[in-house]
Amino acid sequence: MTYLYQFCDSFSFLILSAMGLSIIFGMMGIINLAHGEFIMLGAYITTFFAVRNVPLPISVALGAVGTGVFGFIMDRLIISRLYSRPLDSVVATWGISLVMCQGMRVLFGSSIVGTSTPLGSFTVNGGKFSVYRMVLAAISLVLVAAVYFIFMHTKIGLYARATMQNCAIASSLGVNSNRMYALTFAFGSALAGLCGGLYAPTVSITPDMGSNFMMESFVTVIVGGTNPLVGTVISGGVLGLVRSFLEIGFGTFVGRVGLLIVAIIFIRLVPKGFSGLVENIRKRIEVKKNEKI
Amino acid sequence: MMLEAKNVTAGYDKVMVINDISISIGEGEIVSIIGRNGVGKSTFMKTLMGLLKTSSGSIIFDGEDITAVKAHNRAKNGLGYVPQGHGIFPGLTVEENMRMGCMINSANEKYNFDMVYTYFPRLAERKKQMAGSMSGGEQAMLSIGRVLVGNPKILLLDEPSEGVQPNVVSQMGDIVLKISKEIGLTVLMVEQHMGLIQQVTERSYVLDKGSIVASLTKEEVNDNNVIKQYLTV
Repeated sequence: MTYLYQFCDSFSFLILSAMGLSIIFGMMGIINLAHGEFIMLGAYITTFFAVRNVPLPISVALGAVGTGVFGFIMDRLIISRLYSRPLDSVVATWGISLVMCQGMRVLFGSSIVGTSTPLGSFTVNGGKFSVYRMVLAAISLVLVAAVYFIFMHTKIGLYARATMQNCAIASSLGVNSNRMYALTFAFGSALAGLCGGLYAPTVSITPDMGSNFMMESFVTVIVGGTNPLVGTVISGGVLGLVRSFLEIGFGTFVGRVGLLIVAIIFIRLVPKGFSGLVENIRKRIEVKKNEKI
Repeated sequence: MMLEAKNVTAGYDKVMVINDISISIGEGEIVSIIGRNGVGKSTFMKTLMGLLKTSSGSIIFDGEDITAVKAHNRAKNGLGYVPQGHGIFPGLTVEENMRMGCMINSANEKYNFDMVYTYFPRLAERKKQMAGSMSGGEQAMLSIGRVLVGNPKILLLDEPSEGVQPNVVSQMGDIVLKISKEIGLTVLMVEQHMGLIQQVTERSYVLDKGSIVASLTKEEVNDNNVIKQYLTV
């Protein structure tokens, strides 16, 4: 039970923190180093409303929307000039992250009063578990399903996938690729804000809290590869498993170190991550099917 | 006139690939631009579609100056561009590729799925298959079919014969001719495949070193001696 709980916790943490980053990376090829700070912004907005007695779900939603709007503005002002320059975008987003982090410190000091974790806890076999953490696990599954639905079953999702595969051809068929990119960046930012909002009640709210999410989310995305859905979910699952076992056995520190080591070994063996692995298997199956015909 | 280019010059960065090209295509006409490899045929097509900027000159489409209009809006105005190398989305299914054509000519709400599936039954059989796993000929058909779905006013074909086996090329030519008649479609085709050029086009422009050097009638196009001198090295 402890393992299952710990796994659900790790899995949802990795998925929620990585989803926004991986969508932006997979769709636009932009490595958003300000992702952690976007999460921080979501947490701040959520906390701002939550301590003023706005119900938590609404506060979280406001955090996600607010961060999404902020991401849209950032895209129009800065990121849109860097669409075809991935390395420059790294420097630019790093700059954004520094400004956001220090800006928050100037505006609100080194920490703000947070809200307490809602929903209490439940006990199984003498072990005490937080209900809220289980709710987060459920939300991460719903989120995966929602993102899957948006990408695979809506018009916007179709245009997004087409733009990702070949931007010039998509625009020659009528897709406004600039708008597609802006929407993608805003959507990815909103997911970062959602993550920050959801975890706001469980952590202390400080300007540099983003860095706690950054490492894990990056590792998840790198191990996952370019496919925001397949890659992130599988890598979140596998890494969540690794981390939860190590954490229960040897503590949080070993858990984090182990996560990195596993990621390094995995990337050495499968450079394209889980996305590449799945793609290869899929191709093999399809070739076999065609041989039969 | 359906499409007119007036003194169009364009290229990449500061290197101009095409110089001072003027052509015009009337409604319902099937016109080709022929020439050897590397004379600027595809560059000109990309310029017409808006994927490359026009450095000077102007492009008039269906009575409207579209020189400054962006590619995605040109598609919505009714230009149907079939790129060189087919340009299908390999990771989308055949059906999803087809749905990508719906935005073309957005003023009209008619979609030609049934017509396309009738002309290209292969596509109907493979709706759920990933487009990237199909043969060159099937990809060419998908690429043309995808654009026809949106009911374009003009079809811009950029070397549709490339990577397609010979018997499929003539089959493709037949279909283009039939569809053009059936829905009164205007076609501008860039090609160097002699058979396909003679099979479908009503007249031709000859492109060499980025400029139009000759204009051929149907009879001249069908005269092997004339056309060979422009196509062979």
